Amino acid sequence: MKQARNGGYGGIPRWIYAIAAAGGLFVLLPLAAMVAKVNWPQFIPLITSESSLTALGLSLRTSAASTFLCLVLGVPLALVLARGRFPGQGLLRSFVLLPLVLPPVVGGIALLYTFGRQGLLGRTLEVAGLQIAFSTTAVVLAQTFVALPFLVVSLEGALRTAGNRYEAVAATLGARPTTVLRRVTIPLVLPGLASGAVLSFARSLGEFGATLTFAGSLEGVTRTLPLEIYLQRETDADAAVALSLVLVAVAAAVVALAYRRPRTSGGLQDSAPGQRESPTPAPSAGSAVR
Amino acid sequence: MTFTVQAAVGARDFDVSLAVGPGETVAVMGPNGAGKSTLLNVVAGLLHPDSGKAELDGRILFNLVAGRGEWTAPHRRGTALLAQEPLLFPHLSVLENVAFGPRSAGVSKHAARASALRWLAEVEAAELQGRRPAQLSGGQAQRVAVARALAADPGLLLLDEPMAALDIHTAPLLRRLLKRVLAGRRAIIITHDVLDALMLADRVVILENGRIAEQGPTREVLQVPRSRFAAGLAGLNLVTGTIAGHGLLAGDLAIYGQHDELPGDLPAGQPGVAVFPPSAVSVFLTEAHGSPRNSFAVTVTDLEPYGDRIRVRAGAGGQLSADVTPEAAADLGLVPGLQVYFVVKAAVVSIYPA
Repeated sequence: MKQARNGGYGGIPRWIYAIAAAGGLFVLLPLAAMVAKVNWPQFIPLITSESSLTALGLSLRTSAASTFLCLVLGVPLALVLARGRFPGQGLLRSFVLLPLVLPPVVGGIALLYTFGRQGLLGRTLEVAGLQIAFSTTAVVLAQTFVALPFLVVSLEGALRTAGNRYEAVAATLGARPTTVLRRVTIPLVLPGLASGAVLSFARSLGEFGATLTFAGSLEGVTRTLPLEIYLQRETDADAAVALSLVLVAVAAAVVALAYRRPRTSGGLQDSAPGQRESPTPAPSAGSAVR
Repeated sequence: MTFTVQAAVGARDFDVSLAVGPGETVAVMGPNGAGKSTLLNVVAGLLHPDSGKAELDGRILFNLVAGRGEWTAPHRRGTALLAQEPLLFPHLSVLENVAFGPRSAGVSKHAARASALRWLAEVEAAELQGRRPAQLSGGQAQRVAVARALAADPGLLLLDEPMAALDIHTAPLLRRLLKRVLAGRRAIIITHDVLDALMLADRVVILENGRIAEQGPTREVLQVPRSRFAAGLAGLNLVTGTIAGHGLLAGDLAIYGQHDELPGDLPAGQPGVAVFPPSAVSVFLTEAHGSPRNSFAVTVTDLEPYGDRIRVRAGAGGQLSADVTPEAAADLGLVPGLQVYFVVKAAVVSIYPA
């Protein structure tokens, strides 16, 4: 009988561990293989070459911009999906989540036929003097398109977990809906919002297909780090591997940020604090007294 | 200057109309699912009734009568809600929690803080002002929640079983606190505890199946209950039926009893109730005859300890009870399923119109 560390019954057959280990290796091994291929003496010069730095800078700037755009568009979407009640809500959710499963190339083509020269809005925008396709703006739009669902899913889940009881109490205390949103709803789901934003940033940073289709690969304008890596792979494999490692490091940092243990105050926990008798320090996961 | 509500919620088979005078505290009691929380949610504006009308001090909370659609949003009603759980905002300090109402009303930061400190002192929680809700015990958190609700200066305070989540040592403290702050304040309090109704409320309203079964001053309702729920609260047996010359007809059961309250004969043919305490009921294995006694053939459904006695529940749904000594229970060999006779003297049975 296996005992979990905190004394509870684990209940996992041993052979499951073997398969789980194989699964873990399947993810780790390719990363290790890549690290083994890195040309360490040349590592710093490779990642600080002018084209690399340009691509990295562009990637960071566009990803920051698309994360901001995801927040602006995604927070209202998540609120409406989690709290609103209107016909077609399920349909709206399906469409917002579509980019999650859509091949990015298809997303790029769709964007091209919306904002491109011959696109649905492209002509109107061109009359207004705006040309979006194959510009840095196009990179941001492509990244926002694929990253938005990450923010919406993450935040909608946090909103549903938090429930609306605090908001109801706030309303009966006289707070207008905007005040409730600003002072209660958003602070309560801040961890979920933060992890959603971090995930969106990561997805934007890794965007390749939609960007290439919709924005092309112009150095300094639309050639982000993933595009640079793909291009370098043809000519300079060492540079491609070194830059890949940079992206792995960024991705690892992002995952660590997004999935770190929630802070002690635990705004998302919906458990009743009224059950506790004496003043206790902030409850830790797994020791909730009911 | 009163509060009135009349509301119907079809999906929950709820139809209640209620008035609360200025400075009056009304306790709402009833079995689970009777519609107590529905009432509070409708008043607070968290639940939209199908029809009805509510007014608070001349302001219309909602008016859905005859096709009208007036609706005041919850934050404009002045009906602060205190729930079973304190629901203090976990990201704000105790002081910020209590200042939330005044701040939302547009009071300056400084004035809101002063008002919050005053209310914290009122609930004897001033020393907790800097803490986070996670650092409070259940009783402390509920005290702060009381201060937060009062600081919002509600025209009507709604309390939904505020003591239910507290343990038996903390509840009396909060009850005393509520007695102090509810004095002269208009409030509706839902409770399961008859002690709350006696201590905190001027009047009790018994809800059953989404309707008001009876209401009146708490003492009166407990002394002369007319609903099964109120009789249960008062620890009395209650049989409903039709008033007859000799007492009460309940189905094929004839109950003889007293009716000292009313001068002259009872209005025969009208609905009435017969009420008697379980301690006045004797249990026999065979039918006993004699001077004015009632004898009911019943089947024992449950036995449970009750002080130094055994409470014998009998009849369909266990609606009649008798208290016997443990020796008597052993002598009679009482077990659930046994057919016995409940015998009660007519002199201890009160009969009055329902």
